[in-house]
Amino acid sequence: MNQPVAMKQALSAVPIPMAMLAELTHRCPLKCPYCSNPLELAKAKEELSTEEWIDVFRQAAKLGVLHVHLSGGEPASRRDLEVLTSGAREAGLYTNLITSGVGLTERRFADLVERGLDHVQLSIQGTDAATADRIGGYKRGFDQKMKVAEWVKASGVPLTVNAVMHRQNLGYLAETVDLAVRLGARRLEVANTQYHGWAYRNRFALMPTPEQVKRGGEIVAEARERLKGVLVIDYVTPDHLATYPKPCMGGWARVGLCVTPRGTVLPCHAAETITSLTFESVRDKPLAQIWARGTAFTAYRGTDWMPDPCGSCDRQTKDWGGCRCQAFAWNGDAATVDPACSKAPNHAEMRAAAEAEAAQATDDFEYRTM
Amino acid sequence: MTEIAETDVPFLPRGVRVHHCAVRKGWYLLAPERAVKMDQIAHAILSATDGDRDFCGIVDKLAVDFNAPKDRIAQDARKFLTDLVNRRMVEIRP
Repeated sequence: MNQPVAMKQALSAVPIPMAMLAELTHRCPLKCPYCSNPLELAKAKEELSTEEWIDVFRQAAKLGVLHVHLSGGEPASRRDLEVLTSGAREAGLYTNLITSGVGLTERRFADLVERGLDHVQLSIQGTDAATADRIGGYKRGFDQKMKVAEWVKASGVPLTVNAVMHRQNLGYLAETVDLAVRLGARRLEVANTQYHGWAYRNRFALMPTPEQVKRGGEIVAEARERLKGVLVIDYVTPDHLATYPKPCMGGWARVGLCVTPRGTVLPCHAAETITSLTFESVRDKPLAQIWARGTAFTAYRGTDWMPDPCGSCDRQTKDWGGCRCQAFAWNGDAATVDPACSKAPNHAEMRAAAEAEAAQATDDFEYRTM
Repeated sequence: MTEIAETDVPFLPRGVRVHHCAVRKGWYLLAPERAVKMDQIAHAILSATDGDRDFCGIVDKLAVDFNAPKDRIAQDARKFLTDLVNRRMVEIRP
């Protein structure tokens, strides 16, 4: 009987996930034109209930997840955010709140701190109110964020400032670093926009110029050295200007998973753009089963699915083939090489398209709407 | 980065904690966006880093627990803790 042995091997090959992105809701007062949520947003009545989410947190912890990222939309749009935070913490998870700050009050935040919130990631859209509020499509958003940052600092909970960068704010990267230091952040995530969904729609207004990106890299290198022990800076070069693709999600279905407001379990938050895949819900199946054997998870896990150039590349377990969503968007087949890789046949085409988009004169956005 | 002095008290700030993972059967240092697997030595150093002991006290404890020379322990512990200070996962109280 070989079968049990083969099954045992297949099961033991399933990695243990480190992190789960919990998109509690798609509701958000902001309208950022690069929002990472899908174009088709979930309505409030479709969202998982309090009990369903807490059950998901328990299942995730049992599966080996260490970090849960409470995100959205704006997670503070959920009235039960406090209860969910307790639920995640009691399940044994490290709880990270990813917020725009809008919807939090000093009292609500104090309650979250009391319940054991481990970390806050606060987004900023710009370093001055006029720019930030125009990009976020929400008046007085910037002032609110500055208040939230003060509450976080006073509480002692570590703060990460998350700055999504693009052509209209990359020129203020040095000011962004200064602002993060002034707000008392321990970390700054300089997140270059990923061009899926809303951001893809707005690429003509967002795509940075190669000069901006080069200057950005220099500013980060200098700031990292100068701010050692003060501010940790995460920075990833935009895809099309890098030589090799980024190891998207640290490898498909390898270290992380995402649960959408409706309970759909995804290997990456943008995975639903790969329309050839079928996804399953925590409402129908246990999380562990979906993670281990869901077809969307097994499709590109590991390296067996890789065709050349990835299949014969010595970087295959460094890059993991790059981004499946991008491969699907460009090639119509997610089991192909990410065009961000310099070895991809259409890498030059991708770069040329990005440069043409960067040269557009428009600053106008098509804002995210429900 | 200044060196950790003998009388400095290193401590784990809020949002950084030692966690035992039952699934992986191992100790992890959890911090914002990071989970660092700890070996036996790392776990011993951070267990001694209780927010009360100064650096000298940490070295004394480890030297006794591991029956090892103090200068060698001090060198290892200082390197390990300095790295975590640079990553903002350990803070220092003079």
